[in-house]
Amino acid sequence: MDPATLLFSTSHEWLHLDGDQATIGITDFAVEHLTDLVFVDLPEPGRALAAGEIFGEVESVKAVSDLYAPVTGEVTEINTALPDDLDALSEDPFGRGWMIRMTVSDATAAESLLNEIAYRTHCNAAGH
Amino acid sequence: MRNSLATELLFALSRPGRRAARFPDCDVPLQPLDELVPSQHLATADREKRPTLPELTEADVIRHFHNLSTLNMSVDTHFYPLGSCTMKYNPKRHERLAGLPGLVDLHPYQRINDQQGMLALLYDLQKMLAEISGLPAVSLQPAAGAQGEFAALLVASAWFRSRGESRSRVLFPSSAHGTNPASAAIAGFECLQLKEGTDGLVDLAELEQHLDENTAVFMITNPNTLGLFEQQIEEITEKVHAVGGLVYIDGANMNAIMGITRPGDFGGDMMHFNVHKTFTGPHGAGGPGAGPIAVREELSEFLPGPIVTSNLDDDGNPHFQLEDPPRSIGRVRSHFGNVGILVRGYCYLRTLGPDGVRDVARHAVLNANYLKSLICDLLPVPHGQHCMHEFVASAARLKEERDISAMDIAKRLLDFGFHAPTVYFPLVVPEAMMIEPTETESKRTMDAFAETIRTIAAEDPGFLHEAPHQTPVSRPDDVQAARHPVLSWTPEDGS
Amino acid sequence: MAYLFNTPDEIAAMLDAIGADSIDELFSQIPDRLQLDGPLDLPGGLSEPALEAHLRQLAAANSGTAARICLMGGGVYDHFIPAAVDEIASRGEFYTAYTPYQAEASQGSLQAFFEFQTLICQLTGMDISNASLYEAGTAVSEAVFMAMRVTRRHGRVVVLGSLHPEYQQVLETYLDNLECQLEIVATPNGFADVSIVSEALDDTTCCLVIQHPNFFGGLEDVAPLCQAAHDAGSLAVVCFDPLSLGLLKSPADCGADIAVAEGQALGIPAQYGGPFLGLLTCRKEFVRQMPGRLIGQTTDREGRDCYVLNLQAREQHIRREKATSNICTNQGLLALRATVYLALLGREGLNEVSQLCCRKAHYAAQRLAELPGIELMFDRPFFKEFTIRCRDGAKSVIDRAAAAGFDLGPTLARFPRLTASLGDAAAQETLLVAVTEQRTREEIDGLVDALATEPAKLSSQP
Repeated sequence: MDPATLLFSTSHEWLHLDGDQATIGITDFAVEHLTDLVFVDLPEPGRALAAGEIFGEVESVKAVSDLYAPVTGEVTEINTALPDDLDALSEDPFGRGWMIRMTVSDATAAESLLNEIAYRTHCNAAGH
Repeated sequence: MRNSLATELLFALSRPGRRAARFPDCDVPLQPLDELVPSQHLATADREKRPTLPELTEADVIRHFHNLSTLNMSVDTHFYPLGSCTMKYNPKRHERLAGLPGLVDLHPYQRINDQQGMLALLYDLQKMLAEISGLPAVSLQPAAGAQGEFAALLVASAWFRSRGESRSRVLFPSSAHGTNPASAAIAGFECLQLKEGTDGLVDLAELEQHLDENTAVFMITNPNTLGLFEQQIEEITEKVHAVGGLVYIDGANMNAIMGITRPGDFGGDMMHFNVHKTFTGPHGAGGPGAGPIAVREELSEFLPGPIVTSNLDDDGNPHFQLEDPPRSIGRVRSHFGNVGILVRGYCYLRTLGPDGVRDVARHAVLNANYLKSLICDLLPVPHGQHCMHEFVASAARLKEERDISAMDIAKRLLDFGFHAPTVYFPLVVPEAMMIEPTETESKRTMDAFAETIRTIAAEDPGFLHEAPHQTPVSRPDDVQAARHPVLSWTPEDGS
Repeated sequence: MAYLFNTPDEIAAMLDAIGADSIDELFSQIPDRLQLDGPLDLPGGLSEPALEAHLRQLAAANSGTAARICLMGGGVYDHFIPAAVDEIASRGEFYTAYTPYQAEASQGSLQAFFEFQTLICQLTGMDISNASLYEAGTAVSEAVFMAMRVTRRHGRVVVLGSLHPEYQQVLETYLDNLECQLEIVATPNGFADVSIVSEALDDTTCCLVIQHPNFFGGLEDVAPLCQAAHDAGSLAVVCFDPLSLGLLKSPADCGADIAVAEGQALGIPAQYGGPFLGLLTCRKEFVRQMPGRLIGQTTDREGRDCYVLNLQAREQHIRREKATSNICTNQGLLALRATVYLALLGREGLNEVSQLCCRKAHYAAQRLAELPGIELMFDRPFFKEFTIRCRDGAKSVIDRAAAAGFDLGPTLARFPRLTASLGDAAAQETLLVAVTEQRTREEIDGLVDALATEPAKLSSQP
């Protein structure tokens, strides 16, 4: 997926919206910052999520980060290959490293998400 | 000189048919076992399906563990300036005394008249801890500091309930030990973490902003994890009390202040001691500890029990009993507590006496300040002029100028025969190195340690990134360990 | 003072380097009014010989297993401790080390704990063991918390009334401020009735807690009880006796999801109740919900096998309020003792000790029950411990045994919970007797003979 077509949260999730179908993952910046991920915990399909709700977590050797749903809806699919292919998160975070798909019931929250340029600016500011 | 044969895993050393422990022949009638226990309870008679413990001789076992022990650093063998852990010398007399018949082999359900010596000891320990803390009521039951925190938070909760109050929030500074929020969470409270001020101390305005009628407890470590005494502790405790909350003192750093000042005198309502830190219970490579708690009088009836009490018998001699406080939160573990460790703490306090207790704190603080003075030009200490028992230095400048991190220094120190300080905690200091020499180290040791830090700082960064070089193993692959956990040996994985 | 190192000259040089005039000056950050103006009210310091004399005097006022022959139970047993266990545990390199955070400087402890985890898995048949918890009561509580996380059920936990009453009390304390209800299924016959237990389990129940052998010494129908828990979608938590496993079915074979134990029997002295050793094991799919430390095997940069603290992100120092437990300090030294003990015992030794305990306990039970006025309280198979009912009252029997050089007990009247469930009269008449491999036929016969003689006039013991 081309990052230029995605929306970003300040908590480093990315969102791809196609009608009411959403795909969600975490950004290259987040993956690099967390260093050496060792575990990812994803929700069960069918779970209803509100925008801002924790849907899972990623773990490195000495840190844990929560994952936040950028929009409201229901989880339809998870990337079941990901737990055994964590390198996908560093090698292809916007593609093979996707985490969950959702059917969106309320996309209002997406309006406050950032485009790629704004997100990179945010990261640069936060990184220094 | 290393015997790597003997340090193979026990399971690789095992050979069928070897024996160490042997028991006397059975001297009661040899009835078939399935006449004693119905067969549905019995494990299969098939030897292959029974527990597959290794088969070794006693000499195999001794040689294995003796050689393993040489792969450790320890207080007995090395300077161990691990900040916040108080790695002081563990007096050998304590081991002998805690092992005396009558103490080491005393069954907890022995008749009360047959345990009077033990109860006398524990009663006096309660009294001594009350005196040191300035808080009159003590429960020796918690098994470790974290359990002391948990127990005290439940005491607070029960106290609020008894007053018809329901308060749900526990506050603590971000530099708090991880056990503070973890204990609050399992005790059923919500946690709120406060930002420190730039001076590394509690920010009064930040505290005040978050205090309200929902505040149950403010947990504070004093001296804090930066090794600084919270100078405004009276204002802090007054503000918490003003909204009806309680103040919990995490006693992890009592080594700095015992005999100098007392938590009860500066407004603490509850606290725990770490007997394995302050009072020399050996750390045992991760326990056992003991985490007695002391509380204000009005909280005493909620303490976990049993507590040792005393009255006079008909002849005017003290007679000791076990009692549960009237509105006790209940037990937090089975039996009395980690008594073996409490006995060591008692021996220590009886050896020190009041002057010795004070001397410990004075020399712990002197040593820390001295070591700080030796290295602070190289590893600046951002907070405080003088420190208490420990200080947090920063390798940030070395990292920027020479690409040498706190981790590099920590790992390289091992090559020189020094245990590493605590690194990357607390988070408020970048490239943190938390150093606590304790009072039981000499000037000469600290001089050598500081000299080694200088040597390391001048070494090639690339070489340091690969350190340690002389330890039994080099840096382990933590990522591999966590991604594909191997948590026990299995025959397939073995040779 | 015994443990300070620096001479007055050195102290002066140190103060000079610091730039302070006195040690007092270093304490200037503590407001004056908070500093004590005199010494604490503590007893004066003692020299080593004086301290030893004092401790010997205190120790002599207690009766340990060296004073009388011990047939006491209730979760603490007088099993034999081989000398090699004390020898290894008294190595300063082990007992004065800290938690092995610096793996390169701690391979000795880390490997020993990895071996501990493996031995406990071999013993129980379970997939994963952690590196120890405080003792059995907290291990039960941690197992229940773990079951809540695994099942995402927080409504209720069902516990058999035959679980050690102190473990019940600990669990009750741990649940104090939580929504989870503690349901205790009465066991008036000394063991649980599976159909009654099944009725207590519902779709909000996170787990069923079973002790086997139970507090009264009796064996539970563990497999059907585990099945009942599973039928309700709950986990089965089994609290076992490690030294029973050379004879009895393992927790894994019975269907346990989480198995916990008091490890005191594994080479740890009674020490008036602690420090002991909490064991916690589980199925591998629950590993990330486990409390406490886990040691993992990995490789170093040269590809050599080595050991590290693993999956630390579960723990309080990283996950803080979301940690799987607040435990930090565990029972490392006791885990080491258990490791050495099990290594010495080996496969055959385990079988032998289990069988000896079982045979001698049955001999003792049979002989005691022959005495007029003494009977077995429950008609139930047992392993090494059993409950007797004494017409003369439990306390009187304990006192008579003590006068003859034997320790029995505890009486069930010691536990308010049991007094409530069995009735005060019955509780006053009942006590536990535990027989380990250490007891000889001669000792058991001696006890029986002592109790058979008419009670002499004894000085009354409370």
